[in-house]
Amino acid sequence: MIYLTRKCEFSASHYYHNPDFTPEENRRVFGKCANLNGHGHNYTLEVTVKGEVDPRTGFVVDLKELKEILNREVLEALDHRHLNKEVPEFATTIPTTENLAIAIWHRLEGKLNLAKLHRVRVYELPDLFVDFYGEP
Amino acid sequence: MKAHLTRRYIFSASHRLHSDELTEAENRTAYGKCNNPYGHGHNYALEVTVSGQVNPQTGMVCNLIELDETVRRQVLERFDHENLNTRQEFTSAVPTTENLSAVIFNILQQSFTAAHLEKVRLEETMLNSFEYSG
Repeated sequence: MIYLTRKCEFSASHYYHNPDFTPEENRRVFGKCANLNGHGHNYTLEVTVKGEVDPRTGFVVDLKELKEILNREVLEALDHRHLNKEVPEFATTIPTTENLAIAIWHRLEGKLNLAKLHRVRVYELPDLFVDFYGEP
Repeated sequence: MKAHLTRRYIFSASHRLHSDELTEAENRTAYGKCNNPYGHGHNYALEVTVSGQVNPQTGMVCNLIELDETVRRQVLERFDHENLNTRQEFTSAVPTTENLSAVIFNILQQSFTAAHLEKVRLEETMLNSFEYSG
């Protein structure tokens, strides 16, 4: 089994707000992220796939194909977007880094030929990242 | 849905690697420059990984403000700008980064209970790092 990781970057804005919380609760739980005018990040996404090396090509996955899938399924939908207002997954869920990693997993799952999705890692900042392995 | 969250922190500390159970020559052989009697220091980078179900109310595994506060109070205030050899945690253990990783893991396992502590990863320099998962 070989693991391959592809990295890409996207920039997006968001805010954290739970309509079931009072304004005070939103501020207490989400801190500065509760500012309804939003703020943004340069996100780094690392997608790791796993599989056996194809003896004809020496590849675990066709990188061109992986790059196209990442562009089509993730970057076109998220890059330079407002996550709360433009990305359907976040119409009702809060666009935390945890939920972003889960949403990206679901966008990619089942789209890959041969290789299997192993991990989605999303860096919101150089000192903060979330890993999602598709665990329930 | 279960997710893993990792947060990175920086602290600086000095230490000297020296075991009372070894002779002077054995200490020099085992620890090399790290056995220098006056000690030396590092900028340590600590990565703390916690895991758990993403809370549907908050979208979070745990509240980052609480995690930061616990690590600041329990780890950074304890070790930042300190000489590790003078700390009570190392009265009978050599302050190698292996031992420091385990000490920090055990401190956080006791003090942070809002999510499951998966591991701590400690970089002593850009070239070497250590992981401890209990």
